[in-house]
Amino acid sequence: MSSLTLADAQEQLRSGSLTPRALTESIIAAIEAGDGKIRGYNSFDAEAALAAADTADVSLPLGGLPIAIKDIINVKGEALTCSSKILEGTFTSPYDATVIAKLRAAGAIPLGRTNMDEFAMGSSTENSALGTTKNPWDTSRIPGGSSGGSAAVVSADLALAALGTDTGGSIRQPAALCGCVGLKPTYGRVSRYGAVAFASSLDQIGPMTKTVRDSAMLLNAISGHDAMDSTSLDEAVPDFTAALGKEIKGMKIGLPKEYFIDGIDPEVRAATEAAVKQLESLGAEPVEISLPHTEYATATYYVIATAEASSNLARFEGVRYGHRADAPKDLSDHYMRTRAEGFGAEVKRRILLGTYVLSSGYYDAYYIRAQKVRTLIRQDFSEAFQKVDAILSPTSPVPAFGIGERCDDPLQMYLADIFTIATNLAGICGISVPCGFTKEPKLPIGLQILAPSMQEERLISIADAYEQSTPWHKERPC
Amino acid sequence: MPASDYIVTIGLEVHAQLTTQSKMYCGCKVGYGAPPNSQTCPVCLGMPGAMPTLNEAAIEKTVLTGLMLGCENPEISKWDRKNYFYPDMPKNYQLTQFDLPLCEHGSVPLYDHCYPKDVQKDIPRPGYAVKLTRIHLEEDVGKSTHHEKNTTIDFNRAGTPLMEIVSDPDIRTGEEAFAYLNSLRQILIAGGVSDADMEKGQMRCDVNISLRKTEEEPLGAKIELKNLNSPAAVRRAIHYEIDRQSTELDAGTPQVQCTRRWDDDLGESTVMRSKEDAHDYRYFPEPDLLPIRTAPIVEAMKKLVPELPHEKSQRFVTDFGVTEYDASVLSSDKHLATYFEQAATGAKNTKLVANWVLNDLLSALKESFTEIQDSTQVPAENLRALVDLIESGKISGKQAKNDVFPAMLETGKTAGDIVKEKGLEQVSDTGALEAFCDQVIQENEAIAADVRSGNEKAANALVGRVMKLSKGQANPKVVIGILLEKLK
Amino acid sequence: MAAAPESDLDIRYVADLARITLTDEEADTLGGQLEKIISYVKQLEALDVSGIEPTAHATPLFDIVREDTVKPSIGVDATLANAPQKTTDQFLVTKVVE
Repeated sequence: MSSLTLADAQEQLRSGSLTPRALTESIIAAIEAGDGKIRGYNSFDAEAALAAADTADVSLPLGGLPIAIKDIINVKGEALTCSSKILEGTFTSPYDATVIAKLRAAGAIPLGRTNMDEFAMGSSTENSALGTTKNPWDTSRIPGGSSGGSAAVVSADLALAALGTDTGGSIRQPAALCGCVGLKPTYGRVSRYGAVAFASSLDQIGPMTKTVRDSAMLLNAISGHDAMDSTSLDEAVPDFTAALGKEIKGMKIGLPKEYFIDGIDPEVRAATEAAVKQLESLGAEPVEISLPHTEYATATYYVIATAEASSNLARFEGVRYGHRADAPKDLSDHYMRTRAEGFGAEVKRRILLGTYVLSSGYYDAYYIRAQKVRTLIRQDFSEAFQKVDAILSPTSPVPAFGIGERCDDPLQMYLADIFTIATNLAGICGISVPCGFTKEPKLPIGLQILAPSMQEERLISIADAYEQSTPWHKERPC
Repeated sequence: MPASDYIVTIGLEVHAQLTTQSKMYCGCKVGYGAPPNSQTCPVCLGMPGAMPTLNEAAIEKTVLTGLMLGCENPEISKWDRKNYFYPDMPKNYQLTQFDLPLCEHGSVPLYDHCYPKDVQKDIPRPGYAVKLTRIHLEEDVGKSTHHEKNTTIDFNRAGTPLMEIVSDPDIRTGEEAFAYLNSLRQILIAGGVSDADMEKGQMRCDVNISLRKTEEEPLGAKIELKNLNSPAAVRRAIHYEIDRQSTELDAGTPQVQCTRRWDDDLGESTVMRSKEDAHDYRYFPEPDLLPIRTAPIVEAMKKLVPELPHEKSQRFVTDFGVTEYDASVLSSDKHLATYFEQAATGAKNTKLVANWVLNDLLSALKESFTEIQDSTQVPAENLRALVDLIESGKISGKQAKNDVFPAMLETGKTAGDIVKEKGLEQVSDTGALEAFCDQVIQENEAIAADVRSGNEKAANALVGRVMKLSKGQANPKVVIGILLEKLK
Repeated sequence: MAAAPESDLDIRYVADLARITLTDEEADTLGGQLEKIISYVKQLEALDVSGIEPTAHATPLFDIVREDTVKPSIGVDATLANAPQKTTDQFLVTKVVE
């Protein structure tokens, strides 16, 4: 039953052919049987989930449906690790994140904390201090990241659906690499309150699901204004499922010439081109566009994201919670060793980079300049969206690579995010849907669709039309 | 070279806690006396995932302060992170304002009566207003308690709204600094923005001080003084620092920028940290808080600007005819001023009301350790009635002081009731008094003759005897009139 | 705008600001990696950004404030629940010398 989509599970719950308890039990059983191979979960609280299942109201929008939660989102009373040694075993959330409160209000059951790159810093989930999640399609390969655990458990049918977070592609890229759907909402559409901040001006929580419909259902529940998050947008939330099953005839789909460059894996390129043809057959009109500042996006991102992260992660120092170094000789020793012991290499690298770009004498040259380039990148998108309704590209230039393959060169790893990063800099929304497979080995390929701010409905219409006219989403890893 | 030969340049950084209900960035209650760590939440504890929100009232009160001090406001104001590690600072960055504070410029007028009593007769720059650099809005930190082997932390105070008022290096003496703090306090209280009591930590002050020989020289090394817990301590610390620096400079020891900690008990300062430990704060705009447009807030706050102490003082002189000095003291405290104004309005002798408020009432309150706003025994209208009784000759000033006012304090009754109860009403009935006077003249022929021969002063002795006969109830003014008439 | 100076990363200074102890080996590896990333980031200097406003927030919003009303706190127990070291009602750290 863990292989059900959210929509199908809901139908069975509402028809009475399935009870919330039976559904929850079957997911727990699937995790117990299957997660040894995948290592998608950091922890799960079966008792709490079953208790919630017993009182679930299936008439609610997500009534009785268990949802896996990335281990960066606070769930009251549950351990939170951010896949870091600095929190592992030493932190229990004292509060619910707004998305968790909203999920509960919609009747959903938070079940299980999914693995991730430590503090969401990475594109492979290899930066988890708790263990590496395996790609269900080939367990010698990475699931993508940073929401690799969420993508893997959805793809491996160890969850119906999951929440992830996306700072530079962390929902879309693992969704692409694991063959599921991942939607990054517009910045401000979903409250960030309670999701541990990596880069506050870029982070966004979103759904990771088996189908576009499921993403729409989940997005319905988690969207909306939150007074606890000043950056959340006070805009009405439409019924995103109403955008399903729409004609996309006449829609202009932009193909940024800067995104179709050398270095894209030939099979990824072929799958993307086939997807363009498919959308054309559905009546969409492909248009070549330009996003001229694309080549600067990665550099801009790594300045802004690391600067914010260096400050956001300052709170982890073992005074109020988390790991604390043994017998510090003074306060400085306490801080220096606690953080040296608690953080992994990538997190240290990014904190140091962020500290450097903000430090005296470098702020203008790096940080302010990056913020200005961010303005140019935003302008690229707003100009492009004057001409087209949506933008299309591969989600990742390459399919899932082997575990350990890229660990030695952080910069190479950063460049894996080139198609997803600019979306976060611009604050717009995007989705990744399965668009085919490589041949040998068989690995999923993702198609990225981007739309202007607050146009998630358009994303859903296009992605759904594409999905429903192609077989990819029905395939499962064996 | 004696200290007087140096030019002293002083700037003050004052932190004032705002009188809001809730904290700056979360809904936790602001206040004292709660059990440690009971007024806290994920936001003010810097828990993972928590986010700040802006307290509207704190922004409004800061803008109001700016209006009271004649500040300008940048069109857009925003918040920034100041990054440094300290255990009482939960996020390890302070949410403050860097390049776009809510208020800029403006000034603090140095009221004469705000100087220390001993220098009020000789103020070097009377009427001077110290120029301000800026006022910004930030958050307080938690409270550390240092024990022998460890430090404990209570985060109740963390996140309390703090307004930082930064002066230009525009102050020259410890006395001006003293007056600056007192004047500022009065203005903050008048606006209802802060209780501003330094001894309670509601207002805190860091002093920057440097010495140089001539105006042409650049400013000398800046020495920062911390741990100053009253205007008097600020004054003492500045005196000490001027002496210390000038002695060292005279001896050829140049000053090096540093922070010194004042010990008010020992009356000396010691180095806390040198410039080498100066922080690299890595300020950057807070991504979790959005900028504020100041114009609409300024417009709304204009309506709330109160009458400031110096304006009130001027009005008291004009409306109630009190002396400038009395007016400045009466207007120095919001509650005192309100009391006086209520008592004086409609009174027969407003100057006498001022005397009674400043002398009898204040000393009585002082003795009972009561603040004027907390005192209920003598409401303003009762004091007015008392003074009216004196003014109309119903009772003497002496009776009022010795008998009526103490009874009012004790019982809370009106002056009229007490006069009646005690039978203190003065006898002005000339028929009765003439009889007393005739009797006294008869019994004291010698004195009467003295008065007749032109020594009117001698009549006072007769008045005393008449008073005795009347058991103190005779109106002495009437008595003396009758006596003099009879002894012409 | 000032161009970023060439290869001038003082890894020890930065690690000290960030309060992270680095072993000599880490300082070497991380320092080298960061140098490489910084030189990649320097490509931003090729762009003319004069007259461009910096983007600090992804949302074009202003004046988002909260009413000054008190909300319940979480209580002493929840406050201290995750503390690595505590007394009955306070957080405990190694002695702080001011």
